[in-house]
Amino acid sequence: MSEQENATIRIHVMGKTYRVPAGLTIMDAMEYSGYRFIRGAGCRSGFCGACSTIYRREEDYRLQFALACQEMAEDGMYLVQLPFTPAPRSQYDLEKVDPTENVLLQYYPEIARCVACNTCTKACPQDIEVMDYVQAALRGDITRTATLSFDCIQCGLCTMRCPADIKHYHMAQMARRIYGRYLSPVPEHLEERLREIEEGVCDSELDKLVAMNEEELVIAYAARIREEE
Amino acid sequence: MSKVSKQELIRGYPQYMRKSIERVEATRAKRLESGPPSPMTAEERDDILNRYHPDYKPEKKRKLALGISAGEIVPNEMADMLEAHPLFDPADVDLAHIDYDVSLLVIGGGGAGTAAAIFAHQEGIAAEDILVVTKLRHGDSNSIMAQGGIQAADRPEDSPAIHYLDVIGGGHYANKPELVRALVLDAPKIIRWHEDIGVMYDKQDRKYLEAHGGGTSRMRMHSAKDYTGKAIFSAVRDEFRNLGIPVLEFFPAIELLLDEKGNAAGAIIYNMETNEYKIIRAKATVLSTGGFGRVHIQNFPTTNHYGATADGLVIAYRAGANIIDMDSVQYHPTGVAYPTAILGQLATEKLRNQGAVPVTKDGEAFVFPLEPRDVEAAAIIRECWEMNNGLETPSGVRGVWLDTPMIEEIQGKGTIKQRLSAMWMMWHRHGIDITEDPVLVYPTLHYQNGGVEIDEHGATSVPGLFAAGECDGGVHGKNRLMGNSQLDIYVFGRRVGMSAARWAKKSRPKKLSLQHVVDYEKQLKKAGIETDRVSPILLPDYRAETVISSSLGRFI
Repeated sequence: MSEQENATIRIHVMGKTYRVPAGLTIMDAMEYSGYRFIRGAGCRSGFCGACSTIYRREEDYRLQFALACQEMAEDGMYLVQLPFTPAPRSQYDLEKVDPTENVLLQYYPEIARCVACNTCTKACPQDIEVMDYVQAALRGDITRTATLSFDCIQCGLCTMRCPADIKHYHMAQMARRIYGRYLSPVPEHLEERLREIEEGVCDSELDKLVAMNEEELVIAYAARIREEE
Repeated sequence: MSKVSKQELIRGYPQYMRKSIERVEATRAKRLESGPPSPMTAEERDDILNRYHPDYKPEKKRKLALGISAGEIVPNEMADMLEAHPLFDPADVDLAHIDYDVSLLVIGGGGAGTAAAIFAHQEGIAAEDILVVTKLRHGDSNSIMAQGGIQAADRPEDSPAIHYLDVIGGGHYANKPELVRALVLDAPKIIRWHEDIGVMYDKQDRKYLEAHGGGTSRMRMHSAKDYTGKAIFSAVRDEFRNLGIPVLEFFPAIELLLDEKGNAAGAIIYNMETNEYKIIRAKATVLSTGGFGRVHIQNFPTTNHYGATADGLVIAYRAGANIIDMDSVQYHPTGVAYPTAILGQLATEKLRNQGAVPVTKDGEAFVFPLEPRDVEAAAIIRECWEMNNGLETPSGVRGVWLDTPMIEEIQGKGTIKQRLSAMWMMWHRHGIDITEDPVLVYPTLHYQNGGVEIDEHGATSVPGLFAAGECDGGVHGKNRLMGNSQLDIYVFGRRVGMSAARWAKKSRPKKLSLQHVVDYEKQLKKAGIETDRVSPILLPDYRAETVISSSLGRFI
């Protein structure tokens, strides 16, 4: 184990070679080397899509795509950071869109140019079936587009790689919002609670609690009964 | 070399950790049958907090030497940032040249700031008369990282009053009652707003899938798989973009501006790439700058995003905004302890509300899995360092197991990939399958419980300055419950958007001043603080020691 801890690897950052400890993510390895990010670092937990990175291994002609905060640095990696590049998106009014099968094609007509090359899917660091959701969108299947794209963190790698200029992540965001707004029902008990709040039904009980001193609150808190799962 | 270390791992873990996993597996059936340990009594909670929670170590904090809240106790790291010089000499800045003149300035582009801009617009401020500035990209924030959920008392078995009691008890009765009232009463409205803008909440049979969180007495945790924060924020931001409200990215605010009467009047923002500053004049200013996770209080690793350095709190304090509950820090009970590459990243509480239980290296359960966060964290610290029941990783970190395979035993096969796909992916990237094996966890710095004190409208003690989200103070008392930060963001983001818009409408453009910064410098001197520290710090520095010690010049 101590051997593993003391091991170092070489990374090539935009042409310069650095020696860093093994066991770091690409982001940590670059910082260890002396880089201080302004761009290309965000949540550092795989949720924001700020740290798209392209790399190539020695002796391998293929480009690889990943999130720098999630992928481990490996010996001999050639690294390039890709500051996030916003793609054009369509403005729309969710209250006025027609939530039927042609809506995605209407706002993002370029999805019709998909050549099914699957480059988007291969570039996705979230392992999303990107091409499949584009095809679903083309068929007018909003629900499938929304659910397949759910884990999208909008890093934009798909869009940067697409030979057909499709703005996958914007289109999928619109699909998820249309699904959420029009195709998924609002539970009735939410409406009922909102009505109670509107009518002031909840106020008196709350006012009583707001007026309590700490001693009274301690007693009330201890008397709670936890609902069983 | 990396290949050698890979071979030593068996499905992600070294041999000796595998041995411990075998002991966890051996007790699993029995634990599933008997259920988890019972919740602690109030006395047991107090005792474990006093003895093991990092917040209860007085030597790690000190009284602030200056400013409006002088005498308040804050973590040393926070005091260091407040007892520091500004980044620039006010005399070097030309306040006569105004670059942006707007009704409403929003500082911080996470959930609270974005919601504030949307609701200010709804309240009648034109899109082009609002300006959102943000240090990193629009949305690079803790708001998008929330995994487990958002609380709202909407089920018939539940009520805003029960929610209130859970919040204020969890916060050790230090919360401001009017803020908790606003939080719980607005919660169902916020869920409704999210529905209106198309957030995809988890539902089944025309009902929300609602679960417990630590310290809740009703199941009211709404979720969007374990991407709750991302799912909500990406819809909110998309709505914001449809409205065409302008945003300046990579432009942190480095000082607030006041007018000659001491009202908030805008800010100075700073381009970290070109070193230029810009002057923004505004009739109302919203602070939505998040917390201090990246300051690594007590050297803890953190779940927070790269920019969480409490800049907003620092500049608001210099401008005269008082702070509250800043002595209180939230350590999330379950941060990643292994693998080291993702040390301190979040293992969502949702893992526990779906059935995973913390267990020792020998597979013994030792705590009710859904205590309030401070209590749960203290119990894990005790187990690791007092009872010696934690497992040490190859890099010397101790942790306990969170027995994730229990989730599928309780909820059925496939639950993890369906409801916890972010968690599955995070460990999968390191060769660990959480449906088969437990994960090693230890508390991690998660949340700033206190902040700039606000009233129920989001107003601070500086007229015209409003605050919402993690940088606000008074909502959560001394300990926030799971699912209430997502709620805070949108409840108070909405409220400050409306309050700030109303304030802006009755205000006139102001004469700009940095006198408060000049005065703060005088106070530093008077307090006898001799230091070369400057703040806000804007970004943490993770370069290797060898690089820092041999570098020339300074990066801001």
